Amino acid sequence: MRTDIILSGVGGQGILSIATIIGAAAIKEGLYIKQAEVHGMSQRGGDVQSNLRISSEPIASDLIPLGKADLIISLEPMEALRYLPYLRKEGWLITNTVPFVNIPNYPEETGLMDRIHSLSHSVSIDVDSIARSVASPRAANIVLLGAASPFLGIEVEKIEESIRTVFGRKGEAVVEMNQKAFRAGLEIAEQSIKK
Amino acid sequence: MGEKQLLLGDEAVALGAIHAGLSGVYAYPGTPSTEITEFIQNHPLAVERKIHSNWSSNEKTAMESALGMSYMGKRAMVCMKHVGMNVAADAFVNSAMTGTNGGLIVVVADDPSMHSSQNEQDSRFYGKFAMIPIFEPSSQQEAYRMMADAFDLSERYKVPVLMRMVTRMAHSRAVVKTGTIRDMNPMSYPSNPGDWVLMPAVARKRNVHLITMQQDFLEESEKSMYNKMEDGADTSLGIIACGIVYNYLMEHFKEGCPYPVLKVAQYPLPVKAIRQLAKRCDSLLVLEDGQPVVEEMIRGVLEQGIVVKGRLTGEVPRTGELTPDNIVAALGLKNEEVYPACELVVPRPPALCQGCGHRDMYGALNEVLREYENGRVFSDIGCYTLGFLPPYRAIHSVVDMGASITMAKGAADAGQFPSVAVIGDSTFTHSGMTGLLDAVNEQSNITILISDNLTTGMTGGQDSAGTGRLESICRGIGVKPEHIRVVVPLPKNMEEMKNMIREEINYQGVSVIIPRRECIQTARRHNKK
Repeated sequence: MRTDIILSGVGGQGILSIATIIGAAAIKEGLYIKQAEVHGMSQRGGDVQSNLRISSEPIASDLIPLGKADLIISLEPMEALRYLPYLRKEGWLITNTVPFVNIPNYPEETGLMDRIHSLSHSVSIDVDSIARSVASPRAANIVLLGAASPFLGIEVEKIEESIRTVFGRKGEAVVEMNQKAFRAGLEIAEQSIKK
Repeated sequence: MGEKQLLLGDEAVALGAIHAGLSGVYAYPGTPSTEITEFIQNHPLAVERKIHSNWSSNEKTAMESALGMSYMGKRAMVCMKHVGMNVAADAFVNSAMTGTNGGLIVVVADDPSMHSSQNEQDSRFYGKFAMIPIFEPSSQQEAYRMMADAFDLSERYKVPVLMRMVTRMAHSRAVVKTGTIRDMNPMSYPSNPGDWVLMPAVARKRNVHLITMQQDFLEESEKSMYNKMEDGADTSLGIIACGIVYNYLMEHFKEGCPYPVLKVAQYPLPVKAIRQLAKRCDSLLVLEDGQPVVEEMIRGVLEQGIVVKGRLTGEVPRTGELTPDNIVAALGLKNEEVYPACELVVPRPPALCQGCGHRDMYGALNEVLREYENGRVFSDIGCYTLGFLPPYRAIHSVVDMGASITMAKGAADAGQFPSVAVIGDSTFTHSGMTGLLDAVNEQSNITILISDNLTTGMTGGQDSAGTGRLESICRGIGVKPEHIRVVVPLPKNMEEMKNMIREEINYQGVSVIIPRRECIQTARRHNKK
């Protein structure tokens, strides 16, 4: 197997936690992994992305070439589209629909959503309100992870186990909250795939 | 032993050093090198072994402290970002002249494409300049393993060794299999104490010694396991791929590269291997991250008239980091057709956090400076550099650590008024204090704002060397006590802040205003605890 993923969002939204959970699951499965992150100045409310590659064969580059990403997982709709040239034509784009507006020239929301829906494979969900209703606003990134989990090439159960591994030391309540968020995202993705 | 861990390149360097018997790391935070020291600060074995890992005031003090630890026979490491090397350069270059006792590794993380930096300088030039061996890992596993080998090499020849990282290697994770854990060195004085006193007579002798060792360093490179020739049937092109760029090359050739490839990860350049490659191939392509160091070198090394392609000839971009995509044309391949870039997407530059004290400081400063015809604000390296961007557009220069105070001084010398410096607390103790002394000595007519957030903010909240002592430092340097003024930068104190800035601008001489409020990022973490 091989899955190349671009994770994107705005600094502070929690894309690195998503990467950590997928990474932990991949290692448990004995897969190869490379993950390039962004640290430093660009984290201050700017656009951030991470390249995450998991594979049963050794991986050469830390960076995903143009047109080779199987998945874009984004916590913000405009940030999802920023990396479009990296997405395979048959790849999936999974994104939060809630804009993070911290710039004066943020584009029209409907235009962004139209563009996302025009792709052959996309899942777009309001992870913020789902997180609020089933768990906590802080778990928005885990709702998105749930929505992306059927596309990762790792069994969904293994990802769920990984949530326990990563959040385990923060106590049972945090683990449960995140598992709830994860399952809520997963259900929505499954509905989208059926459509 | 033989444990597998998912590590950042920086963390692989740190763990490699701990396992190789490190006794002390010295560093000033700087992206993308910060995580090396942070990893050691938090590692159980490092804590158990009492490995020194406190932050230094700047890269020069770090370099000198590491050399002092090496003098005592212990293994030491100093870490910095590439521009930090400019600060450490005096100590660094001369550490190759004194030589070392315990192993000494200088880790420098370069930032091609300038993700968080003001230039793209390539530290391999510094390594060559100081005439010492250089390692440049192509994988996290190599980074881990190289640390033990670099310490051994350093102790074998009694010279410092440079470990060159780039942003992508520093900040990319992969699984690393760890090796044996070595004991720390016992304390021992150098066997050649006289060599450490670099008076001219000694230095001349040391210079000859260092030059004599160049042949040994070359032989080490020629036989290094990190430099490896891979055969390829198509000899129309031979490829020299350095460090991480080797991975970008191999990304295109899953079944093996059709051209012969020389992977370079240890310097001086393995000259024999390069000559061999040149003899067999019609042309050479050099793929290296940063500046065209190798490309320039081999143009001078080669005896045959062979076409050398690379950054200098335009086959690969002259600036910016290399990627799997921008080397495609040089390999004679074509990019696949991909989705076009979405025209709706606009840039989202970084910004000061909501609620940050720097915001209130700039708000007040901007309002006061509007009362003057031609205010100039010389600023510095830190989060407050973002004051250049809208909505503040408050600053006129950012150059290097500490340059705000001295540039404001020079501008005032030339007749500028008001001449204002904006500098952070950590940058002030890094390289601002000596400039302040210059200003005090000449009673320069400048106003300095030390925007104190009680931490080194931009790199993630490391300790700041002068916390709690900024007023006494300024007094000690000679600023008049009545012109050292402290204020809490909050919207409700806007009038107080404006009055203070106005009064001090109008005072003829050096004044220091310290807007002081904890970084909201570190405050949030403290509140959680």
